[in-house]
Amino acid sequence: MSDAHAHSVAFVRTEVIPQSPPPAQQTGVMKWLRDNLFSSWANTLLTLVAAWLIYLILSAILPWIFNGVWNADSLTQCREILAGRTGACFAVLTERWNQLLFGYSYPRDLYWRPVLAFAIMLVAIAPVLFFDLPRKLLIVTALFPFIAFYLIWGGPILTPIVALLGCGAGYVVFNRYGKGNFAAGFFGGIATAFVVWGVGGFVVDLVRPETPWMTPVPSRDLGGFMLNMMLGVTCVSLSVPLGIVLALGRQSDMPLIKGICVVFIEFVRGVPLITLLFVASVMLAYFFPPDSTVDLFLRVVIMITMFSSAYIAEVIRGGLAALPKGQFEAADSLGLDYPQAMRLIILPQALKISIPGIVNVAVGLFKDTTLVSVISMFDLIGMIRGPILASTEWNGVYWELLGFASLLFFVVCYGISQYSQWLERRLATDHR
Amino acid sequence: MTILTDPPEEQFRISMLLSDTRYRSLTFQGIALVVLIFAIAYLAGNLIQNLTQAGLSISYEFLFKPSGYDINQTLIPYTSQSTNLRAAIVGVLNTLLVAGLACVTATIFGVTAGVLRLSKNWLIRKLMAVYVEIFRNIPVLIWIIIIFTIMTAVMPAPSAFRGEDPDSTMLLGLFAFTNRGVYVPGPQLASPLFAATALNWFLVVLFLVGSWFGGRALGTWATAKQEATGVRPTTWYWTLAIWFVPAGILLAIMGLHWQIPALKGFNFSGGIKVGGPLIALWFALSIYTGAFIAENVRAGIQAISKGQTEAAASLGLRPGRIMNLVILPQALRVIIPPLISQYLNITKNSSLAIAVGYADVTATLGGITLNQTGRAIECVLLLMLFYLTISLSISAVMNIYNNSVKLKER
Repeated sequence: MSDAHAHSVAFVRTEVIPQSPPPAQQTGVMKWLRDNLFSSWANTLLTLVAAWLIYLILSAILPWIFNGVWNADSLTQCREILAGRTGACFAVLTERWNQLLFGYSYPRDLYWRPVLAFAIMLVAIAPVLFFDLPRKLLIVTALFPFIAFYLIWGGPILTPIVALLGCGAGYVVFNRYGKGNFAAGFFGGIATAFVVWGVGGFVVDLVRPETPWMTPVPSRDLGGFMLNMMLGVTCVSLSVPLGIVLALGRQSDMPLIKGICVVFIEFVRGVPLITLLFVASVMLAYFFPPDSTVDLFLRVVIMITMFSSAYIAEVIRGGLAALPKGQFEAADSLGLDYPQAMRLIILPQALKISIPGIVNVAVGLFKDTTLVSVISMFDLIGMIRGPILASTEWNGVYWELLGFASLLFFVVCYGISQYSQWLERRLATDHR
Repeated sequence: MTILTDPPEEQFRISMLLSDTRYRSLTFQGIALVVLIFAIAYLAGNLIQNLTQAGLSISYEFLFKPSGYDINQTLIPYTSQSTNLRAAIVGVLNTLLVAGLACVTATIFGVTAGVLRLSKNWLIRKLMAVYVEIFRNIPVLIWIIIIFTIMTAVMPAPSAFRGEDPDSTMLLGLFAFTNRGVYVPGPQLASPLFAATALNWFLVVLFLVGSWFGGRALGTWATAKQEATGVRPTTWYWTLAIWFVPAGILLAIMGLHWQIPALKGFNFSGGIKVGGPLIALWFALSIYTGAFIAENVRAGIQAISKGQTEAAASLGLRPGRIMNLVILPQALRVIIPPLISQYLNITKNSSLAIAVGYADVTATLGGITLNQTGRAIECVLLLMLFYLTISLSISAVMNIYNNSVKLKER
């Protein structure tokens, strides 16, 4: 049989071929290039167009950056140094660095205060962002608002201490009575805080020192990127609790409460932030008691907080809606009352689902803090378009300044969004 | 024997307002109502007191007084003698103009970038990712200012176009990019049917609407024919004819010709002038929102599972029909709601016009009119009313759409 077979074919291999590497076209860089860049003629064309575009952009920008002048006193001096070459005049950044960061009129010798506040903020935010850090750090977070207030605005030290005491007393009362009866603890805590603040305010006025240790700085002297950071951090942290309340109110089955929340949310979401800032700058003063002076910074914080809390409320409502109904029913069947069910069962899950949305709102809000330049507050954009570009030395250095502002915002916003993606992966407890 | 007993008659006691969940919500709402009323009364009281102190009153008479300022870009006739109300309407139309233009271009940018982000080409994919990240993470105000700066500081002055060997030339001899704005050829009617220009163009639009209905009717007829015979008649040339022939004949009767901008004196004249602020706002809103739309489009396409494509292919559908009949209808359900809220964002962000001096409603009513008349409360309220109307009507449309495409479930 085998004999016949051997005669019927011309050649039979008797030994195994040794393994050889795959053809050069099917492996390594070549294969990757063929698959990803040149798989068809249309793809090749796209690749070439894209490469050409990248070349155009880089060839315009790179020499401009690398020829940049970092030391000069004015644009004309920059041009003399460059002597006709293309190049940026980054000297404006070095010369106006302080103005870009702190604004026009924050006292020069006090710059260390906002810088210190910023450093403490990094420590205070860390335990909120990263759960692995020691929980003890949360004490810094709790103290941070008062420290930051004292550092940035200065004035008598008793003011932040009284504010802190009020919050502390309220918290103690809430802790004592809130376990049994949430409403009693909550309202008792608020009442206690107000009592402490009332008494403390009296005391602060009584012993106001002639020259406080920290020179007071009025709000109108705040500016630059510091103002953007302050508005962003304050408004986001204030609007998250407010947003939770609004979202729960909108889910409530009490028609009046639900109505109030729906009207508030839809109203705020329906108008642009600029109109709300107009309200802050020209209209809100009419609604405060006559002869009271609430400064522009506080009015802007109120309006931006309202604005972002409405958006955060909608995000959290989405999170609440995404929870299976069984969770609500399970909480009820355990005999938990509404505050307990919300605090122990519903909100931890709903907030976890809403984190990416909340971070999106926070990023959007941080970008929107630039709008305060429209109502003539000198934030980073306000500084660039106002005092710096209008000065005789730096009239015309648009790209360096706008590029710097873009870079700052990009770094912060991109960082936050990367963090949110990391957190999402971290919190993904469901098994996929 | 079992004895059925009724539960004991419960009597309402005051303490049940707190202890009984059936009545507790009433208590809370009562408290909320009282707090609300007090808050409103407090604010209103402050308002009245402040107004009387400043010697002001709420009155909308200023709307009917001459505005006293000029607006450089208007869609309807307007002079500084026109009323403040007319200035506000000019602003409203300008807002709608820039919002409409930006919605169209943002959709084009966004869909292109979103589809290309899923391309098989690595370079294109990365390029689009860079585009999306850069534009999403930098405030739109900065983009508006950057493009406005390009329009005013980089573009040549009209005088650069003058002379035998000018520094700048017009693009294709038709478009002039200057630091005073972009000049494009404008349509002119030699023998209009009506005296008012707007009426003529309205007639053209009416014809186009008629063509749309004609096209729909043709499609219905073709489908009926296909269902009867199994063969779909070729209709594309009929569609083209329905769209272009009637409007074309009408325009020919009215003597349509294009007026090309030309340098006269110190500036260009003829054609249509598109101001730098409008372009800055339009383009910046488009690229900024385009980045967000790109992410929506990508998410929408990725949300459709691969099984859908494969199932459709196994039914014997061709790739084009798979896209049209299976993938797109499902992807659009995911894409369109966020797309519409992006349109809403464009409309709201167009209020940033005030930063570059484009005369939208925020800049006219909320800017110059407010500053000249000092009627802060009235102006801001009207402004909010306008934006609320737009937002709520778009939301209403979106709700109707959402209900119509909702997955029909048990």
